[in-house]
Amino acid sequence: MIGKRMGIGTIKFDRPPRVRAWAAVGGKKEKEGPLGAEFDKVFTDTMCGESTWEKAEMHLQKVAAGMAANKCKIPISALDMMVAGDLLAQCVASSYAARGSQVPYLGVYGACSTMAESLGIAACMIDGGFAQRVCAVASSHFCTAERQYRFPLAYGGQRTPTAQWTATAAGACILTAAADDYAPVRITHVCFGKICDLGITDANNMGAAMAPAAYDTLRTLLSDTGTHPEDYDGIFTGDLGKVGSRLLCAMFEQDGMSIADRHEDCGKLLFDDKQDVHAGGSGCGCAASVLCAHLLPRLADGTWQRIILAATGALMSPTSVQQGESIPGICHAIVLESGKKR
Amino acid sequence: MELTPQEYQQLVQKHVKPSPLGKDMLWAFVVGGGICVLGQGILDFWKAAGLNEKDAATATSITLIGLSALLTGLHLYEKLAKYAGAGTLVPITGFSNSVASPALEFKSEGFVLGTAAKMFTIAGPVIVYGISASIVYGIILVILGAL
Repeated sequence: MIGKRMGIGTIKFDRPPRVRAWAAVGGKKEKEGPLGAEFDKVFTDTMCGESTWEKAEMHLQKVAAGMAANKCKIPISALDMMVAGDLLAQCVASSYAARGSQVPYLGVYGACSTMAESLGIAACMIDGGFAQRVCAVASSHFCTAERQYRFPLAYGGQRTPTAQWTATAAGACILTAAADDYAPVRITHVCFGKICDLGITDANNMGAAMAPAAYDTLRTLLSDTGTHPEDYDGIFTGDLGKVGSRLLCAMFEQDGMSIADRHEDCGKLLFDDKQDVHAGGSGCGCAASVLCAHLLPRLADGTWQRIILAATGALMSPTSVQQGESIPGICHAIVLESGKKR
Repeated sequence: MELTPQEYQQLVQKHVKPSPLGKDMLWAFVVGGGICVLGQGILDFWKAAGLNEKDAATATSITLIGLSALLTGLHLYEKLAKYAGAGTLVPITGFSNSVASPALEFKSEGFVLGTAAKMFTIAGPVIVYGISASIVYGIILVILGAL
């Protein structure tokens, strides 16, 4: 064990950073989903009052970060740092959302795993003493993602049963230092994942491409910390969808370990079967908004004591897929605990 | 547990639900056939209106393309295509939809670099290989005719 690391790849925080406040915003379809009532704000207009979908996504992120900061009663400019990400090429939704904020900014890309990546980096910054207040935020928009990765919206195509639906949503968390007694949730461990690629080339089956990464990161985290699935009130993967979730449980079962009763997936929680989303939701905004709308409130009120957020990403580009490359998967896991400082 | 890509592929096959082929084909047959029946009706209409066989066929294509572009603009074509699949893709209406949809979608990047430049991103390959194939067949026909 070197410094703050334990086992093969887990970071243990000496002074666990706190999650002080959070906010989730979503679109119309997310509002109609099972978590609809838990969002802080929903936009029924896909353009969010802007002139392009890209600007709409930027707006989602700005509103989420602004609402989270408001709950801490601080202006955005009082933050020491913003760690933000989205699905768009060159991360434009995040950069444009941070434009004018006058806050040091880090843009990150981890596909659908982005929220866990930005939370992990933000937590390290705080534990290391490099910052006191950091905003971690991620967003996605169905329309911007479709046009970048797939077809125009009005194109008459059929989606496969394994395809997932990019969420129009954003989630933002304000992290503060360990000494913040008012913050109801703390981050105790982070396990940044390795790239796992078992040769899946079908871009319409991202759940299958990401499941091995989720398995690898969760195994590493559990063995590094010496914990078992039963030690957590929930293990929430980000966007494996139905197919990926089945595969993840099957891989654990081959090890003689069952996670099925503890495991849930953000992509399955955000939408229900009647919403025609095929294998479930996806996109950076999916895990981000489920975390902020559904998971953090339950940790804050003590319903749950300890959970894992294991957000997964499929790190391909339209170019790499066209060139026949297989899809590299990634998963970053964060351990979140309930409770104000004792 | 370490899985090889082959072992993983087998595991994936076991857990993936395949497309409902029977249902998809029935939808494609009914909707695709319906579009053809509509085309025949339009052809009869133009002939009754006094056009000769060749002009009536051209007018029929133009009418179907126009209708499909209109439905694309109203976001109705993709709603039908979600169920119909190949039934809306294969007829000339599918071609029209594949040109009209990017033209609409990319107008946010301007009429030159958006609408015009992106209009043929989906239909372009059909045009390129369609024209190339007809050139090859033309050459063969010329050679055979000279023999």
